[in-house]
Amino acid sequence: MSRAITADEVPVAPGGKNYLNAEKGIWSWLTTIDHKRIGLMYLGSTGTAFLIAGCFALLLRIELLNPKQDIMTAPQYNQAFTLHGAMMVFLFIIPGIPGGLFNFILPIMIGAKDVAFPKLNLLSLYLYWIGALFTASSLVSTGLDTGWTFYVPYSANVSQTAVIQVTFGAFILGFSSILTGLNFMVTIHKLRAPGVTWYRLPLVLWAAYATSIVQILATPVLAITLLLLILERAFGIGIFDPKLGGDPVLYQHFFWFYSHPAVYIMILPGMGIISELIAVHSHRRIFGYKAIAFSSVAIALVGFLVWGHHMFTSGQSELASTVFSFITFFVAIPSGVKVFNWTSTMWKGSIAWNSPMLYAMSFLFLFTIGGLTGLPLAMIGLDLHLHDTYFVVAHFHYVMMGGAVIAFIGGLHHWWPKMTGKMYDDTKGKIACGLIFVGFNMTFFTQFFLGSRGMPRRYYTYLDQFQPLHAFSTYGSWVLGAGLFFVLYTFLESLWKGEKAPRNPWGGRSLEWMTPSPPPTENFHRTPTVTHGPYDFPSTVDK
Amino acid sequence: MSAASTAEHATGEQKGSPEFHVAHHFDRADTQFDAAKMGIWLFLVTEILFFGGLFCALFIYRGWYFDSFVEAHHHLDKKMGALNTLFLITSSLTMALAVRASQQAKKDQTVRLLAVTFLLAGAFLVVKYFEYSHKIHDGLLPGKFFTASGFTTEFASVFFAIYFVMTGIHGLHVVIGMGLILWIMLRAMKNEFSGRYYAPVEGVGLYWHLVDLIWIYLFPLLYLVG
Repeated sequence: MSRAITADEVPVAPGGKNYLNAEKGIWSWLTTIDHKRIGLMYLGSTGTAFLIAGCFALLLRIELLNPKQDIMTAPQYNQAFTLHGAMMVFLFIIPGIPGGLFNFILPIMIGAKDVAFPKLNLLSLYLYWIGALFTASSLVSTGLDTGWTFYVPYSANVSQTAVIQVTFGAFILGFSSILTGLNFMVTIHKLRAPGVTWYRLPLVLWAAYATSIVQILATPVLAITLLLLILERAFGIGIFDPKLGGDPVLYQHFFWFYSHPAVYIMILPGMGIISELIAVHSHRRIFGYKAIAFSSVAIALVGFLVWGHHMFTSGQSELASTVFSFITFFVAIPSGVKVFNWTSTMWKGSIAWNSPMLYAMSFLFLFTIGGLTGLPLAMIGLDLHLHDTYFVVAHFHYVMMGGAVIAFIGGLHHWWPKMTGKMYDDTKGKIACGLIFVGFNMTFFTQFFLGSRGMPRRYYTYLDQFQPLHAFSTYGSWVLGAGLFFVLYTFLESLWKGEKAPRNPWGGRSLEWMTPSPPPTENFHRTPTVTHGPYDFPSTVDK
Repeated sequence: MSAASTAEHATGEQKGSPEFHVAHHFDRADTQFDAAKMGIWLFLVTEILFFGGLFCALFIYRGWYFDSFVEAHHHLDKKMGALNTLFLITSSLTMALAVRASQQAKKDQTVRLLAVTFLLAGAFLVVKYFEYSHKIHDGLLPGKFFTASGFTTEFASVFFAIYFVMTGIHGLHVVIGMGLILWIMLRAMKNEFSGRYYAPVEGVGLYWHLVDLIWIYLFPLLYLVG
């Protein structure tokens, strides 16, 4: 089987040239159209946003250590949680995995030299930077206190903060996201190398494809919603203003028509990464390839029909709430299909106990809790009790952080040797993963109890009875923060003095492991021909 | 991605490692054309979703304030709307003919047809300018700017909010379209298109047809039905 892939025989590029050292100077990076360099710049940018937004989270937790006011006033607290949410969502989770990791691996995995529209890819990055500047500019002006959802009427004519700057920033970030999705979809359709059939795509690309569907279909609706909000705030056109005959609930419908599918823009890429990590590090053919592939597409499509479950208490009709509640449960089916298939993949596998695999295991554990706690929130009766409490906060952090971010960091450990050409200290990686896992559960599992006992979200002071749980959650956030900083240290150490990475450190079978680490600018000397699937591991094939 | 730009891309790569003999990231010109065309169609999908939100708002408020919408729509100038519809439909025809001419490498004909398309788009905007100034003069404006008197229903301002946002964003698309038409016209003058390479003309053409199509929905829904 080692003869099956012709790219197997490709030697290291002549003269030791790779995409990192082929051209030098900052200008060569800013004008590059190489998807790998653009991916790295995305990683750096979204990572910075994660760091800033994460520091806001640590500050929020410190304020909540004691029931009374500690380090922030009420308006400052409102600004801190708004910017934490807005930056995490728009500047980190949505662009993070597609812009950073997928940009790097997608063309290589299908044997292409680049994405279909390399210049558009660079434009996406520039739009991201421009949108990020608008968003970050609020930090040095009046801040933002609307919550990341920008709900009207507060955002339209009450808030005194920089709503227009940030929403315009999110508007531009939307275009960046659309262009990335469009680029990936065309690339997967048109640039697959000979032999890379749809069913030979690594599953992470099915997830990338499903993500692209959502980016293309949902993001334009966010664009028009934010544009209307800007017009409403700037001119008072009355579309969302009840005094002038407008409807604030219509804003919520528009907003969640995007922002619920956007939840799947965040989690689907993570699910895709987990498919790779589990199969490669178990050295086992993935169990139920088609089930996992189509469950990604199913999640993307069903995700468009459930937005109303964010609005059970907003005054939408009871019939609408009932229908939305009913459809919401359907999301559990493809999600469950994935979890069971991943678990079955490990059965009788030869499991490597390394950092990427530990993250994959953490994901399985945390995402399952996140998914299962979504079900009570989808029940209208229970949601009336849990709405706007810490139960909701805990639930979506289990899905977003425990799911998407854990998968992102796991994927980073998986493809780090390919991207940088350096290995990292696996022991340190595992310790960091352990710290993150423990810290995360301390922080957020506690919040399920807080929420079910009635602690509302977005309050900076609280009743004394909640203090022990809040304090425990804050201690957890320090462990979590320490773990994340340790990841950063491990990666920096790897860049500084990491061993040289081999071409295929994990024994993967997909195409990115067939090029040198780091890959040459063109990815492959000549277009590879593929004759087997991405999960045909030697032990599987020999049987 | 134009052929010229992908060629630049290829030389950029070769500078780094001259041993590689790769023209560009597409193996064949056909693939490049297919990719460009698929990209444009996906972009048009996003445009439809973008306007879809506005159409949705139109239908909801029309249902809520039916009487206001009927009363307000009588204040739109149906003749000017019809004239503009004629301009855009004709421009779609000249655009389609221009795509055909560029495929046949008829340079002069392509340029002439694109010029006519450009002028028709300009005529649309001139008519729109007169319509808008009339509305502004009469105070038929969105939300808190609404100052017109003599209305028997309460929420005509919502109709004009929808009217101005929808036709305004559509007008912006016409302006962008004129820029794009000018761009391919200049490239056609430099004789860049032929039966082997005409993707930019095709792409701008598809975009222009969508701009036309959206107006074909806006005209009856706003001017005729109300």
